[in-house]
Amino acid sequence: MSEQADPMAAKTPAAAPLPSARPRRPGADPKKVRQVEILISSILRIGVMVSLAVIIIGSAMSYVHHPELVRSSAELHRLTRPTSDFPRTIAQVWNGVRHRRGRAVIVAGLGLLIATPVVRVAVSILAFVYEKDPVFVIITSIVLALLLLSFFLGRIEG
Amino acid sequence: MDPLTFMLAVFGCSVAAGVLGSLLGLGGGIIVIPALTLLLGIPIRWAVGASIVSVIATSSGAAAAYVREHMTNLRVAMLLEIATTTGALTGAYLSGILGGRWLFIIFGVILAYSALAMFRKRHELASENAPPSWLADRLDLHSEYYDRAADKHIVYRVTHVPLGFGLMYIAGVVSGLLGIGSGSLKVPAMDLAMRLPIKVSTATSNFMIGVTAAASAGVYFSRGDIDPFIAAPVAAGVLAGATVGSHLLGRLQSNVIRIVFVIVLLWISGQMLWKGVRMS
Repeated sequence: MSEQADPMAAKTPAAAPLPSARPRRPGADPKKVRQVEILISSILRIGVMVSLAVIIIGSAMSYVHHPELVRSSAELHRLTRPTSDFPRTIAQVWNGVRHRRGRAVIVAGLGLLIATPVVRVAVSILAFVYEKDPVFVIITSIVLALLLLSFFLGRIEG
Repeated sequence: MDPLTFMLAVFGCSVAAGVLGSLLGLGGGIIVIPALTLLLGIPIRWAVGASIVSVIATSSGAAAAYVREHMTNLRVAMLLEIATTTGALTGAYLSGILGGRWLFIIFGVILAYSALAMFRKRHELASENAPPSWLADRLDLHSEYYDRAADKHIVYRVTHVPLGFGLMYIAGVVSGLLGIGSGSLKVPAMDLAMRLPIKVSTATSNFMIGVTAAASAGVYFSRGDIDPFIAAPVAAGVLAGATVGSHLLGRLQSNVIRIVFVIVLLWISGQMLWKGVRMS
């Protein structure tokens, strides 16, 4: 495998030091930037795969635990009614997951999916600390604060 | 309709929307919402809630690949995310105030714009002589990427940062309001206004879409507008469809097929407008 990895690396010169005619921020280290890129890319990929798996498992659980869902059309109206009381807070979701409720598992998967970009932003803050770039530590912290604010905004309104 | 048939119907629509969206380069959200509302009669605020979650899945998948290829300008993305997330919060908040009627009408307009924008002229090459920008220098936004088609490194300079920032806020509002990635608004803000090369603009737009959608999704989630039995098949379906679509033939090259699709999209946009106008 390692023999195959080398020609692949040669095909993506992005990893190599890049020629640049412009002045760079003093202290910027291309190696560190590259490590951060790989880390961010992995977070996104793993986050999506894990949350999709949880969503699919949750959907399957719903039908295994409630075979009546397959037949009755009254159930559909109950489940997708505007006031349908599906779990919304982390405590409710966790409680449902512990009791192996399919719907709570789906919501947990959707929550993980929504959390994936949030984790990406949080890790980026640390990455800019690592790259010693205070201006971007602040910029990225503002983005994270806005994301966390979003979870409160819907609640105030509702 | 029983819940299983319903979920399978939603899944089927989402797979089709994902394939079509990725073939056209528009993204799944803008196609899945008309499918859910017009075909399956799902209330638009739930279609929007489900779509915004699927947008996170598809954009993150593509973004992961672009970041690895060093195509994404991470610094520009992080800076503009302040504008897109603020916009997304505004849009998601507004959608709770505006009724379904206005959502249908605004959706119709944005869909028509996005369909026609596919014919927009594109700046293929980066301009190294973009007007100087103190802010872009100070924040070290200029960068370079490896262009596989041209087989060389392309160095580019970024400019008009405040203008791009303002346009990104608008793109964020549209995204939060309608539950779409609004890449058709983000890409021109970067390649026309800020002079990023088109490939970098596309990659960077994809990267920001996930965070923008997460901000709106937070609002929809805590408001209870994300129904698990709709959002689950939509997220899984659109992602599956987009994956298939991207392997099918890259992007649609034939102009004849593109024109046919644009006409179909314009017709759908008319249907959405009409539905909004008729609503009381």
